Amino acid sequence: MQLGPAHPIPALCPDLQKSSELFTLTYGALVTQLCKDYENDEDVNKQLDKMGYNIGVRLIEDFLARSNVGRCHDFRETADVIAKVAFKMYLGITPSITNWSPAGDEFSLILENNPLVDFVELPDNHSSLIYSNLLCGVLRGALEMVQMAVEAKFVQDTLKGDGVTEIRMRFIRRIEDNLPAGEE
Amino acid sequence: MADEALFLLLHNEMVSGVYKSAEQGEVYVPGFLFHKEHHDLQENGRCITKLENMGFRVGQGLIERFTKDTARFKDELDIMKFICKDFWTTVFKKQIDNLRTNHQGIYVLQDNKFRLLTQMSAGKQYLEHASKYLAFTCGLIRGGLSNLGIKSIVTAEVSSMPACKFQVMIQKL
Repeated sequence: MQLGPAHPIPALCPDLQKSSELFTLTYGALVTQLCKDYENDEDVNKQLDKMGYNIGVRLIEDFLARSNVGRCHDFRETADVIAKVAFKMYLGITPSITNWSPAGDEFSLILENNPLVDFVELPDNHSSLIYSNLLCGVLRGALEMVQMAVEAKFVQDTLKGDGVTEIRMRFIRRIEDNLPAGEE
Repeated sequence: MADEALFLLLHNEMVSGVYKSAEQGEVYVPGFLFHKEHHDLQENGRCITKLENMGFRVGQGLIERFTKDTARFKDELDIMKFICKDFWTTVFKKQIDNLRTNHQGIYVLQDNKFRLLTQMSAGKQYLEHASKYLAFTCGLIRGGLSNLGIKSIVTAEVSSMPACKFQVMIQKL
């Protein structure tokens, strides 16, 4: 016999849906504008990553304050927190975590549906645009603030005809705090 | 609601991104025709226009989604009330505090605690920068109204943060 949750989990409340549309549409307008401002897609990708980074370094504070998540003991725990708490909180989705490297320093976040691309279709002349690249920047920036240098990049994207969207995360190193001499 | 933080941060990045790219692309050559102030003014205008246009697109999209299931609006005032209540609440989590009109196509929407200004210092220090943070919203209103069949010009003014006024001038067709 299978048991369901005692209280039916309500569908995404309409308010949340509406305001995530605000984010989705705003993001769309931003990417469109950047495509006009920059001549090639690589520059747009870079810009999106940079903006994401700036958002990430600030967002982490909001995240820690809201989520009450403590220190992670290893990268696996970090992966869990990112997927189950952070993505859920800010984008309303829970990506699955797969493809761990044997050394445990790389994994993939699989996004079944990516809210950023809800209303998006890529025109043919932007084949190298990484539309959601902001997310990689956010992840990199946020983790940097908790002493983790990571690399994040899209390896699959539904916008480009792949079945799912996949972000590959690689742990690079722990960032040691360099305190000024004479301070504890 | 958590994802509001994401929108606020994205908006901040948009503003600073637009202004930064304007600085970098600056081709100002001190010449006899241009004054530096004049040039800056022009540049500022271009940035405001860019942000306004982005807001316009978002407003168009949002109003379509929001009005999917609402009854047809009675008149212009009815539409403005919708903007002040439902639209504003969804986007900025509060209603417009005061709506005034001269009944001749001018509406003034006053928000005493405008969400996009609350993160800035409330003193006079950043008053001159406030307009950057209002342009997107001006576009948002104009885009929303435009898709409801109302052509308008929307401007904003701040006299003391974080309160601000949006003035909507309806363009009669």
